[in-house]
Amino acid sequence: MAIVETRKITKEFDGGAVKVVKDIDIKTVDGEFLVLLGPSGCGKTTLLRMIGGLEHPTSGQILIADQVVNHLPPRARQIAMVFQSYALYPHMNVKGNIAFPLKAANIDKEEQKRRVDWAAGILGIDHLLDRKPRQLSGGQRQRVALARALVREPNVFLLDEPLSNLDAQRRASARDELQRFQHEIGTTTIYVTHDQVEAMGMGHRIAVIEGGTVRQIGTPRDIYEDPADTFVATFLGSPPMNLIPRGDELIGFRPENFHLAPDGGVDSSTSLSFKLTSIREEYLGSEKLVYGELEGERTVARMAANADVPAAEGGEVTLFVDNADLRVFDRESGLRKESAPATIATGSGS
Amino acid sequence: MSIPAPAPQHRRQRYFFDNERVLGPLLLFPAVVYIIALVGFPLILAVLYAFSDVTVGDPRIRGTENFVGFENFRDVFNDGVFRKALRNTIVFTLVSQVFVIVFANVLALVLSADFHGKRLVRFLVLLPWTTPIALGVLGWFWMLDSVYSPIDYIMRRMGLLGPDSMFGPGRNMYWLGKSDLAQAAVVVVHIWRTLPLATVILLAGLSSIPQDVKDAANVDGAGFWRQLFYIRLPLLLPIMAVATLFSLVFTFTDLTVSLVLTRGGPVNDTQVLSTWAYFKGIQGGNLAQGAAIALFLLPVLIAIAIGMLRLARRSEND
Repeated sequence: MAIVETRKITKEFDGGAVKVVKDIDIKTVDGEFLVLLGPSGCGKTTLLRMIGGLEHPTSGQILIADQVVNHLPPRARQIAMVFQSYALYPHMNVKGNIAFPLKAANIDKEEQKRRVDWAAGILGIDHLLDRKPRQLSGGQRQRVALARALVREPNVFLLDEPLSNLDAQRRASARDELQRFQHEIGTTTIYVTHDQVEAMGMGHRIAVIEGGTVRQIGTPRDIYEDPADTFVATFLGSPPMNLIPRGDELIGFRPENFHLAPDGGVDSSTSLSFKLTSIREEYLGSEKLVYGELEGERTVARMAANADVPAAEGGEVTLFVDNADLRVFDRESGLRKESAPATIATGSGS
Repeated sequence: MSIPAPAPQHRRQRYFFDNERVLGPLLLFPAVVYIIALVGFPLILAVLYAFSDVTVGDPRIRGTENFVGFENFRDVFNDGVFRKALRNTIVFTLVSQVFVIVFANVLALVLSADFHGKRLVRFLVLLPWTTPIALGVLGWFWMLDSVYSPIDYIMRRMGLLGPDSMFGPGRNMYWLGKSDLAQAAVVVVHIWRTLPLATVILLAGLSSIPQDVKDAANVDGAGFWRQLFYIRLPLLLPIMAVATLFSLVFTFTDLTVSLVLTRGGPVNDTQVLSTWAYFKGIQGGNLAQGAAIALFLLPVLIAIAIGMLRLARRSEND
């Protein structure tokens, strides 16, 4: 088990013309499942590859178990990595693939066999040991890759989008398996993904990365409910947070925070009401999304499927949002401001 | 704006070539003619000649009285020079191919690494392949000249050649005048010639190994040698087979190197099947025996061709 830490780590390409990672400081907790979440090209994979030793940082330090590992080759870092493509050795059978790290470490044959059987048992691939990778399904390949990472009993697991090659159905169950697996072995895990559902569902903590910097790091709940800036607010959540400009501020709230006005009217001291001009409705079974315009901004409301909202185009409905659900951002910088209900109330004007 | 519909007869003409049954044969036609005229016809002729008694002076086959069965093959095989040529062909080919495989792997590994001037080095490595064989061999012929050889000159300056030196009192090595040296020279020129192609093929193979797999091997704790012998070389094996088959064919059937460099000498010690077929059939005028000698190449070439097709099919199936 180990703590992974990066200190002011930076990666530049083409002699500084392209900065992919900028001064990132991240520190894991021992045994943690940390997710690096961000859109493609944000630098999350580069960061992971630097931790793994496959790329050299331009500046900054990487520490694993309190040791600076910048100068160490990947094989000396006591890490295991699972790649997006799984990177199985196509000419070896499953057994050969799983045993390869053990062979490289010159572990004796009997111990090799014991550990291969153990890892294969954990991942339920004992019956596939003699197959070649090309004879396996995507899900089976992913388990072989995990088993290969597991046999070394590494200090840290680095996973680079290991589920992105699976179909949607398989992905959901793999997510569950992967998380249980990590929980069982309790090894510090850093997991890269661009999929917010994966990140929210699996991570103890999420680091949201964009443009080579960490925008926010926190538990899934922190990040969803208290986004640090408008990027995080709109990157997480589907549909994303609604942002309504008010002066030099943006008022943000989640689509599910919209409520229909109750019969007795709305208490304007604890909530804010909006007039939504409905444009389109998306029926999703248990709920529906109402797309509309609110003070000239495209806005989405997530409502119960039976909510009494005019579906027809141009229909108007008054909705309100609890003050506690409102988030205020600076319009210029996009950064979060401490919300002041008074400002919101006076600024509402409706 | 709508496009006016073409008149019906135009339409038929326009789509005539879209029909695969028309276009396919049409496009294949020149290639088929080429192969029949320049490969098929001579091959059939060679087979006919090999079983007949034709000579350069009288190359016509008039009827069954010209056919002599396996007599040519018997005569050819009873000839000591032929057996020498057969042995030389096999030995030269195998020895040079072993070196080519080893060197090509090393070169490909070096050239796949990043270093300054990589492009220039790649270009230089490929040069021998782009030179016409005859010109390249002529260059070697001069380099190995019995009097003016620059190699001898360098050896003399280094004190390796001349009185009281490692390679004897003579001022020259006489590379092409001594059997073992001449044979070695032929092998070296073959290596020099086929190495570039094999290297380029292997280089392509190396770059086709996914970066992820190399990264995984790195993370899995494999050092350079383990990665080389357990990951890279096994993954290169199919490509290596292709490179080897190509070089085998080129070396096995080569006429130019022995012909230009040594003319089969000294005393037929660098004679190979193709040169012997040329000397017997064309220079000696015995077309029938020349054809019979040349046909000895055929079984080997057929085996290689089958090997190539198998490889191609296997890579298609994967």
